[in-house]
Amino acid sequence: MKTGSSARTVKEIKAEIDKCTGCRACEMACSAFHAQPRYSSVNPSRSRIRVVADEINDEYVPVRAGNFTRSECSGRHTYEIDGKAYSECSFCRASCPSRDYFIEPDSGLPLKCDMCESVPPLLEPMCVAVCQPGCLTYEERQVATQVNEQETQEAVERGLESLVNKYGIKAVIGSLNRTPKSPQR
Amino acid sequence: MKYAETGFSLEIDLSLGRIEKVESDPRDTELYLGGQGIAAKILFERVPPEVDPFSPDNLLIFSAGLLNGTPAPGANRTVVNTFSPQTNLMSHSLFGGFFGPELKFAGYDRIIIRGKATDLVYLYIHNDQVEIRDATHLRGKGTTETQDLLKQELKDQRVQVAAIGLAGENRVYMASIDHNHASASRGVGVIMGDKRLKAIAVRGTRDLHVARPAELFELAQALHKKIGEGDGNGDWMAVDEDDSFHHNHFAWGNARTRRKGFWSDELQQRWTNWKYDHMDRQTGCYNCPKKCRNVIKWPGRPRFGYKCFGKDTYHMAAFLELDFTYEILGVAQEYGLDSYSTPQVIAFALELLEAGILTDRDFPEMPADSRGRFFYLLEKIVRREGIGDILANSVSHAAKQIGNGAEAYDHNTTKKFEQLPIKLGKLNPAYFLMIATGEKMSITQIEGSFPQDPLPTREQREAFVDKWEAPPDEKFKQYFLEWEKRDDISDQATCEIVDWNEAMHYIDDSTGLCGFVSSFRGQFGGGVAYHMNNIPQIVSCATGMEMDKERLWKTFQRIRTLVRAVNVRRGLRRKDERPPEDHWAVRDEKYEQELLSKYYDFKGWNSEGIPTRRALERLDLAYVADDLERDGILTADETVRAGVPSAESDSIQG
Repeated sequence: MKTGSSARTVKEIKAEIDKCTGCRACEMACSAFHAQPRYSSVNPSRSRIRVVADEINDEYVPVRAGNFTRSECSGRHTYEIDGKAYSECSFCRASCPSRDYFIEPDSGLPLKCDMCESVPPLLEPMCVAVCQPGCLTYEERQVATQVNEQETQEAVERGLESLVNKYGIKAVIGSLNRTPKSPQR
Repeated sequence: MKYAETGFSLEIDLSLGRIEKVESDPRDTELYLGGQGIAAKILFERVPPEVDPFSPDNLLIFSAGLLNGTPAPGANRTVVNTFSPQTNLMSHSLFGGFFGPELKFAGYDRIIIRGKATDLVYLYIHNDQVEIRDATHLRGKGTTETQDLLKQELKDQRVQVAAIGLAGENRVYMASIDHNHASASRGVGVIMGDKRLKAIAVRGTRDLHVARPAELFELAQALHKKIGEGDGNGDWMAVDEDDSFHHNHFAWGNARTRRKGFWSDELQQRWTNWKYDHMDRQTGCYNCPKKCRNVIKWPGRPRFGYKCFGKDTYHMAAFLELDFTYEILGVAQEYGLDSYSTPQVIAFALELLEAGILTDRDFPEMPADSRGRFFYLLEKIVRREGIGDILANSVSHAAKQIGNGAEAYDHNTTKKFEQLPIKLGKLNPAYFLMIATGEKMSITQIEGSFPQDPLPTREQREAFVDKWEAPPDEKFKQYFLEWEKRDDISDQATCEIVDWNEAMHYIDDSTGLCGFVSSFRGQFGGGVAYHMNNIPQIVSCATGMEMDKERLWKTFQRIRTLVRAVNVRRGLRRKDERPPEDHWAVRDEKYEQELLSKYYDFKGWNSEGIPTRRALERLDLAYVADDLERDGILTADETVRAGVPSAESDSIQG
């Protein structure tokens, strides 16, 4: 069995919630960075990071937008940390109908954090760049990933076989021929 | 497309239940920026001088500053203006937090409220949805309690609420409007209560556009860094535990007693422990890297937040220690009482009791100790019960109502407003002028660009000046270099220094910039984020308007002069412009009056402090001159006498 290894970059934003002052500069910067044209407007409702804040309860949790979900979950998690109860969904990253976070206010489409990937790349995502209180920090880690070439080969063959079964060999070959050449890995 | 502002005002008539969205005139933004600048124009045009502050025709205006909601950090202050029953003059106050930016995101630059509701209501704004709603269920609720209840009721944690407490509901003159542990005082809460408006809840999900995005964002990012990293911005009192300055130098009780050796290391350690043992965290305002508010949870008391001198006022008035302030401040903030004036009113009442002008019969069942008495009187005032009904009208009005010699104990007010409890030896000429002529009523709202005192050696002064970016002109550096004794400085320099101090506050209060990143922090040398040298570019990038230092300076002069005209029309005259008689021990009436005359000349005001037609016309305020002449306040041939060279040149170098 032939195996190889390659490295994958994991981008990580760490939130030390005790350091959050609730200023929401992260929301400002995120919405400005993702505005079209860039920086042309500010609107925290478009931000892909939100500070779940409840100042009466001394609760400040910056959360980045994660996956979209069509329906809210059937149960709820509540957390108690150091004797303080956090409101439900504080730590959840979902763009979910139970709340209006991470939903485009005009279109209703879900928003998802893209770590501010852009050309040329930023040193760190915008929310981190403006977080002077030091609640948000950014780190890139290289994670080694094992690649098993035999397994990969088998997976490709299984996939092709099911396509052939469904659409016929001609359609599959035609599609493959029409596929633009992708860059070599 | 509008930039930095939304271009719309909300007009609310509480008597008629009418709500209108009105497009604003872009020319007003050019001339008055926004915030208090435009509010002053609205008050001038729409509230005739004979209107009583308690009349339905008085307006209550909540304005976002021009830069609120843009990427410029620290631009988050909401400005509240109306006419105050305490001074009968224009009331000017601000609060930090999140309200102003949220209002912009909802699509409005300001809310203009007239009329009175028949019973308590609140205003709900969610973009285009604007409703006047019943608030009788919130009667008597505390300020943060009301915020919490409205968030629950509206099922929206993101709604930003400004509310009054019981003090505002009962039309206590010292009532504040509170939002998120920030509050606006000096005469606005009483009018909100009089209009029967318990709260405003605002939520916005709209874009706010800026004119030159990339340039502004780059400037904003650099400012974020500068504010966040250095110690040139923010409220150092939030982190510096050595507060010997206020305790050894300010006056205790009813602004009476200085306790020069009060502070000690042992005390500092004890107080520091009180603070950190009970502090939840330090919080900030919208889009500002500083965390100026200490949020404290004291056993058995409501959680509260404070900044700056607000942590000292109660225990200094009561001759107690910090633990007392921590005990009472949460209660007072829930009631929506201003922490600067309220303790002075209470201390004043206790002095009258000691002097026999009031007697035990006026204070039935009052505890004997200072702690108990402050809580007792707080309750009486906020409920307007017994003697509290009189005290709720502030020191000056209460003194008149009580009579029998009580007026002599009203020794720390100017224009009927409680001043900071400071009693000093020798006169500081600039401070004389600022306290005398200030129309923001408190010195903290006027001072801040030029240092309060000279530094002892030339070397220290040179080192200070080297890092000083804020001065709009080199001459200010020269004045400081040559300044050796507090009371020895030329009249010309004094006038210019006062003008500059004022300029920064008038610009901040129109743009929504916080004094702790701007006007108040220039005096401490290097590192302040905003000053006359960079605000023009930021305003220009945000709004697209042409702006430079000279134009911004003239805009300040225009707003300042308009505010003066608003008040002159309501009777403000030279006789009212007197700091408390005992503010300084050594006084020289002749010199002070000469200085005041020179300052009026410098400003283009006549000997009564009334802006002349020439000054008004130069500032595009001919309509104000017409009005003042029609009312006979200004006569057509009024000229400015020759004194110090005036500020009338368009150039600040002039």
